[in-house]
Amino acid sequence: MKLRVRHTKLGKIRFTSHRDTARHWERAVRKIGVPLAYSAGFTPRPRMSFGLALPTGAESLAEYLDLELAQGYEPELDALAASFSSALPQGYEVTHVVPRPEGSVSLQEGVVACTWLVELDGVESNQLDEVVATAMARPTLMIERERKGQKSTDDVRPAIIEMSATAAGEYPRPHLCAVLATNGRGLRPIELVGALFPTLDPVEVTARVLRTHQWIDRDGERQEIIPAAPDVMRAPAECA
Amino acid sequence: MTSLWARIEPLLARVQKPARYIGCEDGAISPRHGPGRVAWLLAYPDTYEIGLPNQGLQILYEILNERDDAVAERTYAPWADLEGLMRARSVPLFSVDTHRAAGDFDLLAFNLAAELVYTNVLNMIDLAGIPVRSAQREADHPLVVLGGHCAFNPEPLADFIDFAVLGEGEEVVGEITEVVRDWKASGRTSGSREGVLRELARVPGVYVPSLYDVEYDGPVLKAVTPRYADVPAVVHKRAVADLAEWPYPKHPLASLTEVVHERLSVEVFRGCARSCRFCQAGFITRPVRERPIEQVRAMIADGVSCTGYDEVSLNSLSTADYSGIEQLTQGINVAGCDSNATISISLPSLRVDAFTVGLAAQVSDGRRSGLTFAPEAGSWRLRQVINKRITEEDLYGAVESAFSQGWHRAKLYFLAGLPTETDIDTTGIVDLAQNCVRIGRRHTNRASITVSLGGFVPKPHTPFQWFGQNSTDELRRKMQLVRNAAQRARGVNVKWHDPAATMAEGLTARGDRRLGGVMERVWRDGGVFQEWSEFFRVARWQEAMAAEGLSIDWFVHRHRGEDEVLPWDHLSAGLHKDFLWEEWRAALAEHGLDDCRWTACYDCGVCTGFGLDHIVASSVPPAGGSQGTGQDLANGGEVPVALLGRHEGSHVEEMGPTHEEVEVPA
Repeated sequence: MKLRVRHTKLGKIRFTSHRDTARHWERAVRKIGVPLAYSAGFTPRPRMSFGLALPTGAESLAEYLDLELAQGYEPELDALAASFSSALPQGYEVTHVVPRPEGSVSLQEGVVACTWLVELDGVESNQLDEVVATAMARPTLMIERERKGQKSTDDVRPAIIEMSATAAGEYPRPHLCAVLATNGRGLRPIELVGALFPTLDPVEVTARVLRTHQWIDRDGERQEIIPAAPDVMRAPAECA
Repeated sequence: MTSLWARIEPLLARVQKPARYIGCEDGAISPRHGPGRVAWLLAYPDTYEIGLPNQGLQILYEILNERDDAVAERTYAPWADLEGLMRARSVPLFSVDTHRAAGDFDLLAFNLAAELVYTNVLNMIDLAGIPVRSAQREADHPLVVLGGHCAFNPEPLADFIDFAVLGEGEEVVGEITEVVRDWKASGRTSGSREGVLRELARVPGVYVPSLYDVEYDGPVLKAVTPRYADVPAVVHKRAVADLAEWPYPKHPLASLTEVVHERLSVEVFRGCARSCRFCQAGFITRPVRERPIEQVRAMIADGVSCTGYDEVSLNSLSTADYSGIEQLTQGINVAGCDSNATISISLPSLRVDAFTVGLAAQVSDGRRSGLTFAPEAGSWRLRQVINKRITEEDLYGAVESAFSQGWHRAKLYFLAGLPTETDIDTTGIVDLAQNCVRIGRRHTNRASITVSLGGFVPKPHTPFQWFGQNSTDELRRKMQLVRNAAQRARGVNVKWHDPAATMAEGLTARGDRRLGGVMERVWRDGGVFQEWSEFFRVARWQEAMAAEGLSIDWFVHRHRGEDEVLPWDHLSAGLHKDFLWEEWRAALAEHGLDDCRWTACYDCGVCTGFGLDHIVASSVPPAGGSQGTGQDLANGGEVPVALLGRHEGSHVEEMGPTHEEVEVPA
């Protein structure tokens, strides 16, 4: 049975990397003894594939992975979700386990955009409104960035699909809400903050990054991979 | 006591691998602090990746947290990036469990396994906001403790620690807790610090350096004498009688981020009776105490189910010597709790023979990444000197067995600068490696051998404690000899350790209290993480020695005489000094010594002195060992399949729930 899983990653655990998360899942599955299907070959690997990497330090309400159970094993899916949550480190909560739709593309290929909520420190609300409006009105937004020692100057404006400054309930600090495209090199939330506030240190300004949605394209319409009830502003839990 | 998390959190966005500082591991305990509880901060003075898997720390963490009067948390040396931010923003050293300040604990207890991390100890004490020198501490500062193998000569750190604990910690941490608990209950009044140290000095295994006077005669150490009648003249190590009573860790820590050992570790025995004369661990951890097979199986099953690891490492100083190794490895997949995934077993310290390789092949999961053997010396003559009596046939048999069973490469560990070493011994290393490659090429064209060459550092409490370490130039020359010879040897690669770092290691290993000033200078000059080549600069050490008016030659490269007072003579691992001296003479005469588990006792002093016995899981020696086990089976190229098969039918009946003890004749 092929399954698609949605889970959160909140609190201290956000400082673990995407690779670490994969390891947490592998160990959790072994801990509770869920029989997975294995790949063929000399060193068989359990059939698990993970979605788009979440930057180390970012939290998420919408992480996804696909996994395939061993043939003949057909557990009750809600119970399986609870069991995964109990075996994973604190900070993860498995919110959905559903059968993977027939013919669905892989998570890596299918996701076209993500929604990010960025809590800012040291920026005034009205200043943020203005910066967002200005950026959205511009045809281009150039940033200088580096990957593997290679510096490049890129126009990241096309990667910003939607962006707004948002009031965020009980939180006193201003928040940036942005839907960013994932195709090509994409745009990381921290890079976006750097592009909006070129005179500030983006690491200093970015107090918290939360991924709230991952979107796939279905016949030209953006859809959440597994839709969840809107509780975006839920306070992230600490693990201790 | 409050959490510093809110101040630490913003720093973590700016550092490499922030997961090192968050805690939250599987197996982490929610600590229960309270006024009636003695709070221990267990510190590993190296990176989290190296420190987290440390078994000693995990064992004490659990034992202390099981007590009603104690609580324990953990800390590791922050990497330079975080340390810089912590100092800039006045964030002190913190625990990873609840992010409490180190200064809020009653004890800051370091586990020291290697000499080059000594300066990290000073750095962590300072980061904790505690005066680095013990003489300047007040009643409200934590007690700074040192344990681990380096506690057998803590003299270079004597000025910075309040006390050291010799030997195994399982029992003594409870006794220390009780003394500190009473001190806390008495209010830790001003001036009470020396009083509690006097009390602690009465606990067997505890050494309080400040309660001893040290006299010198010029450069020579004359005497180390206790200042009070109730302070022991000689401090004896602690050792548990039976490992079966200590099935720890019961809830092993599984890191959330990548660490050096991504697997479950189960200690199958403690101690080693092989008497490899260069090996400090082998001498100071005697006698051999094997864990019962059934308990090892249970610890594997429990550990796998609570960590989810699919690899188990059977730990000891020489796991193929575990007398129940065959029964254990054959029953291991039964022990595994998850029938779906198989558990692979690694034997981290392979003995050099075909039997051992057969065992490794049998228990590995098909991956053939590489095998490591440690012949240590390039000739039979020199291997007799060091009492690591591996014959060439043993090595070639091991290599044949490995390459014929799918391995493509093997690593051979050697030491340069061993006593009596000549250039023939040194270049013999390459001859051995070349012959191994030739054997391998019969099976695969990819066969290669990596020679890993380290400089020999004579260690306290070994027969080589009197030996003058080779100079840096001499070690460099020997390593160059090996590299030159290897250039002509196809399939042989050479890796070597920096001989300058070997000098610094030698200095701290056998140094006395006068090294304290040197430690402080090296640390103040920025010399932390000295085992990392990017941080090590030998000039720092040379300048510090010169500034203190001390001679490197005198401390490192000088041969010691029989009558010389050694800086650790007042600290005992149970070994008779005359036994060690006789072993030193025997080494020079190229005479070997047998494994005393299976042959007559030669009275090294440990069993008789401590009233302990070797405890073995099976009453017969493990098969295949030609190296001093009194057996000479399977000494050659074949995996002794018949031997494995012969035992197979009868194991289950033979295995009792309890282990057997073999009486060692006194």
